[in-house]
Amino acid sequence: MAASTNVAQPALFVRPTWRTGLRSWLTTVDHKKLGILYILSSFVFMGLASIEAFIMRLQLMRPGQQLVSPDFFNQMFTMHGVTMVFLAIMPLGIGFANYFVPLMIGARDLAFPRLNAFGYWVYSLGGLMIYTSFFLGGAPDIGWTGYAPNTSLSANPGLGVDFYMYGLFVSGIGTTATAMNLIVTIINMRAPGMTFMRMPVFVWMMLITSFMIIFAFPPLTVAFLQVILDRTFGTLFYVPEAGALPILWQHLFWIFGHPEVYIIILPAFGLVSEMIPTFSRKPLFGYPVMVLASILIAFMGFAVWSHHMFTTGLGPVVNTAFSLTSFIIGIPTGVKIFNWLGTLWGGNIRFTTSLMYCLAFIVTFTLGGITGIMVAMPTFDAQVHDTYFVVAHFHYAMGGGALLTFLGGVHYWFPKMTGKLLDERLGKAAFWFIVIGFHTIFFPQHLAGLMGMPRRIQTYPAGIGLELWNLMSTFGTFIMGIGLVLFAINVIKTFRSGKPAGNDPWDGRTLEWATSSPPPYYDFDVQPVVNSIDALWAYKHPETLHVEPIDPRKAGREYDPHGIHVPGQSWYPLLASLAIIVGSYGLIYDNLVLAIVSGFFFIFTIFGWAFEGVGGHHVHPELEGERA
Amino acid sequence: MSAHAVDTAAPVAPGSRGAITAHGWRSTRLPDVKLLMWVFLASDCMFFGSLIGTYLAYHNRSLVGPFPIDVLNIPLTTVSSFVLLMSSFLMVLALHALKVDDIPKFRLWTAGVAFFGSIFLGFQVYEFVHFVNAGLSIHQNLFGTTFFILTGTHGIHVTVGVLWLLAFLIQSYVRPTSSKDAVYLEIAGLYWHFVDIVWIVIFTVVYLVEFV
Repeated sequence: MAASTNVAQPALFVRPTWRTGLRSWLTTVDHKKLGILYILSSFVFMGLASIEAFIMRLQLMRPGQQLVSPDFFNQMFTMHGVTMVFLAIMPLGIGFANYFVPLMIGARDLAFPRLNAFGYWVYSLGGLMIYTSFFLGGAPDIGWTGYAPNTSLSANPGLGVDFYMYGLFVSGIGTTATAMNLIVTIINMRAPGMTFMRMPVFVWMMLITSFMIIFAFPPLTVAFLQVILDRTFGTLFYVPEAGALPILWQHLFWIFGHPEVYIIILPAFGLVSEMIPTFSRKPLFGYPVMVLASILIAFMGFAVWSHHMFTTGLGPVVNTAFSLTSFIIGIPTGVKIFNWLGTLWGGNIRFTTSLMYCLAFIVTFTLGGITGIMVAMPTFDAQVHDTYFVVAHFHYAMGGGALLTFLGGVHYWFPKMTGKLLDERLGKAAFWFIVIGFHTIFFPQHLAGLMGMPRRIQTYPAGIGLELWNLMSTFGTFIMGIGLVLFAINVIKTFRSGKPAGNDPWDGRTLEWATSSPPPYYDFDVQPVVNSIDALWAYKHPETLHVEPIDPRKAGREYDPHGIHVPGQSWYPLLASLAIIVGSYGLIYDNLVLAIVSGFFFIFTIFGWAFEGVGGHHVHPELEGERA
Repeated sequence: MSAHAVDTAAPVAPGSRGAITAHGWRSTRLPDVKLLMWVFLASDCMFFGSLIGTYLAYHNRSLVGPFPIDVLNIPLTTVSSFVLLMSSFLMVLALHALKVDDIPKFRLWTAGVAFFGSIFLGFQVYEFVHFVNAGLSIHQNLFGTTFFILTGTHGIHVTVGVLWLLAFLIQSYVRPTSSKDAVYLEIAGLYWHFVDIVWIVIFTVVYLVEFV
């Protein structure tokens, strides 16, 4: 009985209903499809950023090389940073959240499915827009932090800076919208019985991350807006000749920028906290402490931004204060390391590829944390600021922290997303190449930095002791490159002809393992019911704890008689995103007509969106014959 | 073990704490759209906070005139601020009328909110034109840059609110509108009140403090 829930409304478009083919992806509002789109896009962008990193490492392999020009080198390190931070690692966390938060809380979708689609399209199209700058006069060359007044029209008349500002401004809107969506979803769509302290840790981490996003992105958006207005409309926000303070950009940027570090790493913490208990066959050690530590990190994350600015002359009082807060934020982060070790301790450990990535994460991230405490000291920071020591530090924290975890997460959840198990032998081979390569690249950079090698330089002279460390670092990129290629081969090969995974290959603890692999478009046959933490695990292992089945039918309970609501697909999210992107091109090229037309088209799509309504229909998969 | 204890006292079937809605189970009784609006407003606080912070950081840093004290007109802006605040009062009346299904009153008060908002915008346009004629523009000095962008952003928020309420008003003539739609007017109201509160802060920081 699939009945429409909405009265017929006047609509410009026939509501799309395609389930397969290109059009189904363009109009989809399904969190699973959007999650896959997010994850795939992130990996494409990550590939581009890896190529940029590879070019940089080749240029720096030997002293005095001239493989690429200094100008091109500037574009490479800028685009590498921008891509990795904004277009690869952060959206990867959001992609996992898109796919798994609704499944983990037993919901059919996010609270606002069309807003979710809009978030994806502005992110991916905004990212592509930045990349078109390579063909339109040169990519941005200002570093990923885009410090003023390097971004002013007089200092940087090319269009690259405009693409950086508009592209990140637009994709930031999408990220903020998706974060708001996740907050509403997690607060309002938890399965019956799933209290906050019964939520899987990944869901907790996404709730906290989303709150950080909605508070951290507006200052960045304002900063982008100010530079955009300076460049396009001639305001004076970052014009020192008019009395402006270029350091304002650094404050606004880092008020966003430091929370951003945790916005990237908390989803990774969440994934680790799901994988380690599963492969230790133990509940997470200290679940409430883990949650509270993350909330403390989120608060403190907004109180440490000036440690990026120790050398700008803010004075000893400010430096001391921000040094102290930076030390304090290390405490809850350290607590988490012990939570994971405590979970492993005495566990019945299965050394799968996923768990190996988690263990590599713990080691690498701890090393990044230790160097983090070092650079939190203003006196030490004054020595290593803007050197390769800092480069090594944040790559250990971000690359070793987030990237390794996400690769492990792909191994863990690939069977759920595709129904096929990744090859463990190939996976472990790739793991060793990636981890050994990673440390070969970045460990020597600590030493190069301590010897005074500045970051963001195109080359360096021979005879000042930097040759060995740079050669090792470049050598490492080959090792890690082989690992990443093996990883990609594994994914493609498995996707074509992998072993069927079954619904629950790892004996999982969270609700997504209770539905089939890949999940049907309606996710669960009936709304699951939860009455303990790790309810699925407890149900599968009555020897540990007796709880009711999560399927209310098996528990003899009543369930929602309306069936599962599947929201309707829509063209409007894509059209609204296109309007924003085309309008941005109009502004970048000073074509006000194009910008205004796009603006009106955007308003039109918003009204179309509002009056179209949620739409959709209810399905009753529990009744035989309705199964798709 | 306490986190793992089974909650046997509270039934976990649908209906225990949350509610079944047309779009499935909801774990609180708050409507999704209302929750979304609160989250959006929380985020918007940081947006305006950054703009106001910029204004304060650049306060008294303009190298050339006109300076705030030369152009700001407290009596004029007091009148427009009063009109904007009164629109919030009409907003409350409009929501109440819709909740009790008094559609004519709902239309009257909603039109009143949009009208008062438009008066405020008219004052702002007048003020902007007047300032430009007095030599203050976004290119003139830091005061011009920060003043126009801060108050202009607020003006855009008011414009969005007016368009939203007018759309609400017009659609009440096109399709049946009743107390069932009150939650949608309520979130428009939350937005409207928030924009008003932001104006109180801007009026204080930009206008009043100048003359203390």
